[in-house]
Amino acid sequence: MPPDDPVRSALQVAGRAAPHESAQLHVCGAAPYIDDIAEPKGTLHLAPGLSSETCGRIVSLDLDPVRRAPGVVAVLTAADIPGKNDIAPVFGDDFLFAEQRVDFHGQVLFAVVAETREQARRAARLAQVVIEAEAPLLTIEDALAADAKVLPDYEYGTGDAGSAIANAPYRLEGQLRIGGQEHFYLEGQAALAIPGEAGGMFVHSSTQDPTELQHIVARVLGAPDALVTVETRRMGGAFGGKETQAAQTGALAALAAHVTGRACKLRLDRDDDFVTTGKRHDFRADWRIGFDSAGRIGGYDVDLHARCGCSVDLTPGVVDRAMFHAGNAYFLPASRIASTRLRTNTVSATAFRGFGGPQGMLAIERAMDAIAHSLGRDPLDVRKENLMRPGADITPYGMQAGDSDVLRALIDRLEETSAYRQRRAEIAAYNSAGPLIRRGLALTPVQFGISFTLIHMNQAGALVHVYQDGSVHLNHGGTEMGQGLFTKVAQVVAEEFGVPLSTVRVTATNTAKVPNASPTAASAGSDLNGMAAQNAAREIKRRMTEFIAADFGVAPDAVFFRNGVVHAGGKSLTFAELAKKCRLNRVQLSHAGFYSTPEIYWDREAKKGRPFLYFAYGAACSEVAIDTLTGEMKVLRVDILHDAGQSLNPALDKGQIEGGFAQGMGWLTTEELVFDQRGRLRTHAPSTYKIPVASDMPEDFRVDLFDGWSRDAAIFRSKAVGEPPLMHGISVFSAILDALHSIAPGRPAPLDAPATPERILMAAEAMKLAG
Amino acid sequence: MRRKSISFIFRGVQVDVADTPPHTTLLDWLRLSMRATGTKEGCAEGDCGACTVVLARPGVGGLVHRPVNACILLLGQADGAEIITVEDLASSGALHPVQAAMVEKHGSQCGFCTPGIVMSLFALYQRGHRAATRVDVCDQLAGNLCRCTGYRPIVDAALEVCEGPPDDRFSAATPQRLAALAALQSSQDVLVGEQSADFFAAPASEESLAALYARHPGARIVAGATDAGLSITKGLQTPAKIIWLGRVKELETIERSTTHLSLGAGVLLADAVEALAAIHPDLGEIMRRFGSAQVRASGTVGGNIANASPIGDLAPCLIALGAALELSSVDGARTLLLEDFFIAYGKQDRRAGEYVRGVRIPLPGPQSAFRAFKISKRSDEDISAVLAAFHFILDGRRIVSARIAFGGMAGTPARARHAEAACAGIDLDAVGAGDAAIAALATDFSPIDDMRASAAYRRLVAGNLLRKALIEIAGAAEPTRVKELVHAAR
Repeated sequence: MPPDDPVRSALQVAGRAAPHESAQLHVCGAAPYIDDIAEPKGTLHLAPGLSSETCGRIVSLDLDPVRRAPGVVAVLTAADIPGKNDIAPVFGDDFLFAEQRVDFHGQVLFAVVAETREQARRAARLAQVVIEAEAPLLTIEDALAADAKVLPDYEYGTGDAGSAIANAPYRLEGQLRIGGQEHFYLEGQAALAIPGEAGGMFVHSSTQDPTELQHIVARVLGAPDALVTVETRRMGGAFGGKETQAAQTGALAALAAHVTGRACKLRLDRDDDFVTTGKRHDFRADWRIGFDSAGRIGGYDVDLHARCGCSVDLTPGVVDRAMFHAGNAYFLPASRIASTRLRTNTVSATAFRGFGGPQGMLAIERAMDAIAHSLGRDPLDVRKENLMRPGADITPYGMQAGDSDVLRALIDRLEETSAYRQRRAEIAAYNSAGPLIRRGLALTPVQFGISFTLIHMNQAGALVHVYQDGSVHLNHGGTEMGQGLFTKVAQVVAEEFGVPLSTVRVTATNTAKVPNASPTAASAGSDLNGMAAQNAAREIKRRMTEFIAADFGVAPDAVFFRNGVVHAGGKSLTFAELAKKCRLNRVQLSHAGFYSTPEIYWDREAKKGRPFLYFAYGAACSEVAIDTLTGEMKVLRVDILHDAGQSLNPALDKGQIEGGFAQGMGWLTTEELVFDQRGRLRTHAPSTYKIPVASDMPEDFRVDLFDGWSRDAAIFRSKAVGEPPLMHGISVFSAILDALHSIAPGRPAPLDAPATPERILMAAEAMKLAG
Repeated sequence: MRRKSISFIFRGVQVDVADTPPHTTLLDWLRLSMRATGTKEGCAEGDCGACTVVLARPGVGGLVHRPVNACILLLGQADGAEIITVEDLASSGALHPVQAAMVEKHGSQCGFCTPGIVMSLFALYQRGHRAATRVDVCDQLAGNLCRCTGYRPIVDAALEVCEGPPDDRFSAATPQRLAALAALQSSQDVLVGEQSADFFAAPASEESLAALYARHPGARIVAGATDAGLSITKGLQTPAKIIWLGRVKELETIERSTTHLSLGAGVLLADAVEALAAIHPDLGEIMRRFGSAQVRASGTVGGNIANASPIGDLAPCLIALGAALELSSVDGARTLLLEDFFIAYGKQDRRAGEYVRGVRIPLPGPQSAFRAFKISKRSDEDISAVLAAFHFILDGRRIVSARIAFGGMAGTPARARHAEAACAGIDLDAVGAGDAAIAALATDFSPIDDMRASAAYRRLVAGNLLRKALIEIAGAAEPTRVKELVHAAR
């Protein structure tokens, strides 16, 4: 941190490892999620009717058997929509109900509204549907061959990558398949809609984006936004999967409430949730790289082929971000970063923690390992050789990473604390005997840009009230999905008022309290909402200060707030007493704060700009063992050093780092989405889709916060920490590659992601043949 | 004499339920009928553990607390138990030690999995005969998915609080709780509903079971319901007649002689672990990885066999050991080799009115060498892609004969007869000792491609496991399993 930062060193509440604001409720089962909210009398229940075909024209939809089923009150189709059949964020290509045709297996055709959940689900299976099935496009290869795209290709770069590679002393190329990922939030999609007077609609939703859901519900109902209120107290996990994907559930519940005039609830069955909602984009990265004998890159050329599914959804941002992170932390003197956005007959891919960044990053990390293996050098040396450095710190999209020295220092520190060199030597000796169980080691960096790359989304609002008893009510546009946002923002407000954290009560995100909010995404929740809440608190505090300064006859700068007491000159009073005084003297104790991120811009046409306010940094060192007879893998030890700036809450940040790593490791190892040849997802429940369990985590797991600070104006010099740690999982993939490499040194290991036991064994077999 | 209600202890008082459909799950009863929403539904298939509650019953050394998945447990299966949910733990504002440790260690983020995790740890806390190790905790939590934390703080909380005998208001009230449960015990058969229509029956003896099943051969026999539950929550089936085995004491016996281990069909998988692990550590490891603590606390030995899944983990191991299956009905009992029970996918040698009574496992002798391996995408709480069990009879360094059985390679658990034949005569010290047997194994099965593994992988790994078994039996100097490397990285 800057040695003499007076603000930071004086912090009382921000920066403390306060527990999650709902921790006590969580452990008692007393924190309500959507399905736990007491239902209004007469609440009806929905179940969606899904397409059993993958694509084709809808010839007929006979819903009479559904209507006749016990308990059914209504059956909804596109014909029941008073407004537009459009739940897409931008492009109008996601539908509440399929109308003319279906474009993926499991697409929603209709919805049943019944007295009980069981009746609705049972009835939903009775529809007689005839679809004229067409041959679906399922794979990246299918879409490339058919030139099927949801959006035009996009590319940029620096210099002439082609000739830089051709003229480099060494050249390599490869193709890496990168699987998608199911969010598997523990609370599935759910919404409870309650009709109000004069066409009003109140929707409780498990969504990261209440404002967008408000807008979509209004559009579906043909009502103005002002008639719709969306509220979100907490989500049981989200990870990007409730940014746009909460829209259908929310809009279905609202439409049903509109049609029946009764409260309506939809909580998706887990299998339906898997099938009907989007996942992380899967990619094929075709890469070529030129380098010298030290492994220093001359040119990098990558085609990022993204399987986007049947609609656009958030693909523009996701694939753009894959491109922004295609160089990770490395300087590329010449580059060509290209992307295709492919249309397939699969559920539309969507936001998932990292938002394309992890896929872009994995490709160049794969190339780094390939360079090192081909040269016989340590992969860490090759990585360090290529890190951005002063004078060589411009990204392919023209942004300067001003603090690249932070990452270098961080890596040096981790190299030492993880005993990387000693363990490298020891593992090399172990593997040289040709054992059945091979060990692998890798240390990989993360450089992740913080801000929404869609510039207008970098805004936030907050509403702060101080009541006459001195208690504080805080509301902001950000949503709580477990990350601890409510806790962190409350810490900021408590800090500003100089009151204990327990004085500040955070209430459910509500579009009627803070309007026009952005989704809680892009790791920006604390940065944006923390700033907006700080602005609100500071304005109220300014009024209180002015009042008490005048009342006590001191200068405003002699007033300070600390530990629930307000000091003004020689006098003092409690914060509560001051609040009471302010009310009696007609001082406004409420303020709506606002914040918009400064300095960022992105010119997509010119392919230049500063899309990020700053970068978050980190590095991870993983060691694994693989079984060359079965492909089974065990992560033995992981060391992570992560830069959260001056952490707002070290306990919550550590939780984000550990949890992010686990999710990244899962993505690249056991989490495999399997679609069959007809386009049906075969891994549609936790029985078949395997996220990490406790025993998958390394027994030896050492996670530390780097003693860094944000040089940019982020809240209290902290850094965003939501997404970046996910990419520490890449170190596990690289360590597996390292172990495979020992079977036939100098040969490339043919390993795609996720590295399931099957893929590891098949790669090991190929290496045995090559060796 | 029949009891016409399901009776259990809930919130400290006896509850008698007489009017619920036979397929009602415990979770729906809690959430929909009782509005007790602390217990969550995450998957409704017994995999995520968000719905974990604890059932306490009288057992060895007092009360036995078991975590179960309420989503796929029928309400009737709680008969005779005390149901403890997350709402029961804190008392007059004071958190239970398990809850306090979870808060202190920052063990919750989104909080949705937390009630289930708290209940799994509560069960571990009550077990408390010794301090829990990291392995104990991970085993206890294998059936509790958390997507936020990466588990580290949860494991830390468990290690801190599960450090010895329980000391909470539950342990303090053990005598009163036992007395309340004793009042529920009876030798009466339970039948809720009508025999002419829908019923949930819990016969109290084998005689009653046989008679009832003879009258209703179409009834669904349920032991742990870890599979039957799915047909209700996912298949939306409403079996009209359900006969639960959980009160038939004669089926719960574990008998060990010098030559055999006999397990009654109703023995909980959790209760079979120790006896099976005593046969061979690999069998212990298979059982440790079997489902999850919640599944092992509901599922039974007989259920895993009678269900006849091609990927059931127990059958291949028991076939390799030469186990015999005992079937019974009002007409009497009969015995057959376990492999002969499995005729084809979905077809077993079981006659109308006949139920699985138990399994008799010959103990390996001094000439035996046994190995078993489970291959799955994820190590814990996953369904096998391939399960391989090898049982060699040795004469010095030479294999005399072999029984080799696989799961996941065919429509049923099955023996690899060609490989078995090719193993006879192998000299463990010969170069390429297993090559012929591995080649023969390739002719034994035509496995399928599915979401768990490709046919090519299944074939390859099956051969490699035979190789691994031979390497281990020959006496490998180096590690042959990834787990052995766990402490190498320190």
